[in-house]
Amino acid sequence: MPDLSKAEGRPPKAVRVSFRSAKPLVWILCLAPLAWLVYRAVFGGLSPNPIDDITDETGQWALRLLLVSLAVTPVRRLTGWNGIIQWRRLLGLFAFFYVCLHLATYVVLDQFFDLASILADVAKRRYITVGVAGFLCLLPLAVTSTTGWIRRLGRKWQTLHRLAYVAAVCGVVHLLWIVKGDDLREPFTYGAILAVLMAVRVVYWTR
Amino acid sequence: MLIRTSSPIPTRDITDERLYLDRRRFLASVGLATGGLAGALLTPESASAQTPLANVKKSPLSTTGETLNSLDDITSYNNFYEFGTDKSDPKANSGRFKPLPWTVKIDGEVGKPGDYALDDLLKWFPLEERVYRLRCVEAWSMVIPWNGFPLADLLKRVEPTAKARFVEFTTVQRPSEMPGLRSPVLQWPYKEGLRLDEAQHPLTLMAVGLYGKTLPNQNGAPLRLVVPWKYGFKSIKSIVRIRLTSGQPQTAWNVSAPNEYGFYSNVNPQVDHPRWSQARERRIGEFFRRETLMFNGYADQVAGLYKGLDLKKNY
Repeated sequence: MPDLSKAEGRPPKAVRVSFRSAKPLVWILCLAPLAWLVYRAVFGGLSPNPIDDITDETGQWALRLLLVSLAVTPVRRLTGWNGIIQWRRLLGLFAFFYVCLHLATYVVLDQFFDLASILADVAKRRYITVGVAGFLCLLPLAVTSTTGWIRRLGRKWQTLHRLAYVAAVCGVVHLLWIVKGDDLREPFTYGAILAVLMAVRVVYWTR
Repeated sequence: MLIRTSSPIPTRDITDERLYLDRRRFLASVGLATGGLAGALLTPESASAQTPLANVKKSPLSTTGETLNSLDDITSYNNFYEFGTDKSDPKANSGRFKPLPWTVKIDGEVGKPGDYALDDLLKWFPLEERVYRLRCVEAWSMVIPWNGFPLADLLKRVEPTAKARFVEFTTVQRPSEMPGLRSPVLQWPYKEGLRLDEAQHPLTLMAVGLYGKTLPNQNGAPLRLVVPWKYGFKSIKSIVRIRLTSGQPQTAWNVSAPNEYGFYSNVNPQVDHPRWSQARERRIGEFFRRETLMFNGYADQVAGLYKGLDLKKNY
């Protein structure tokens, strides 16, 4: 196995090539849930309440991709596969993309720009408040995800991008607070995955 | 983005009214009369396999001026947690449920307690078609042509005692046929309750069918309650027991989250669910939300039941 630690972030050629060639695959995989959703919206296959389906699925994929992007560093630590770090930005941006779709579904399809109703929701409904908080955490991260911003912010960039942890917690709580009945398996599953990903970080931070 | 709901209900999903009426007239004429549920024994599998009900009279108590939701809407988008918590679960997971033969235990504060066979109930009470709005507590709604008989008629027959003040309903609990029972989402069996005067109200219906056919499993076969001015979860499905009581019975959702689901649960746009607004609702098949009506639009008939009652406290 090649010693990647001396490569200073530049993976050996083999890995670099594999990332570049795998990039289209990542795009396809990340866009597949949206494609499937659009397909069913057009050709049938969603429930009689399609707006709810779209809200639910875009939200689920936002949270899933956010957790996947947060899994990059732990996987890198545990496997020593430094090349994987190159996937993080793309995965994080796709997570943000689904967050935007989720939010747009709520604003446009669900509320149809009813600003008074939306503001009342944000103020009064804690699951919406925490959801919006999560979005506001991710927004500056998406903006500063470019190479130029990474260079400009230097060390501060990494500190800023720890907001992704807060956003993920907001996402899990957002889901937890909208669940009806005592069926908490879904939010608990996401929460457990997030807890594991954070635990791996804590282990490395405290070493 | 293309959204299916922004278009009207596909015409193929709407039973042409003349066809619907002709079919019923035809069935009545060939004498598929009294106790017509028997045939349903054979094919409880899917909505299309439901047995036609004979001699269903249109009721003057039906809601008018509304477009009916399609059979497909009504039978594929359900909350019936005994079959799973997704709206699509009840249709997908209720195929093994055998609704017939069926008996209902009626006991408690009644002069004539006993196990009543559904076939007998159908001989005693003529069936009516009642078109009602159904407003779910989750802020969506449908318009459904139910077939059934007034609960008041059944209660009269079993003779409530002077002590009877409430009615408790219980849903069947069959883990082998209802996979959702494996999850402790609610306290099983599902229970609901009404005040006796609510139960005796002429709008309160015991439904055995919809669109002129027996109820599909996912809609609460073979016998369910329909209380159109209350949130949908009050209209308990697949009822095996009706108990009259002197004290207010416990209800499943109230036990699960008492601050969110009250005993009354009347549709009320002015009293929000703690986590979401009840001011508006999405009619299934429509894009824009519409205003929710007090008592789901049945205020003229039922507001009198709650005179002097603080509806904010008694949500």
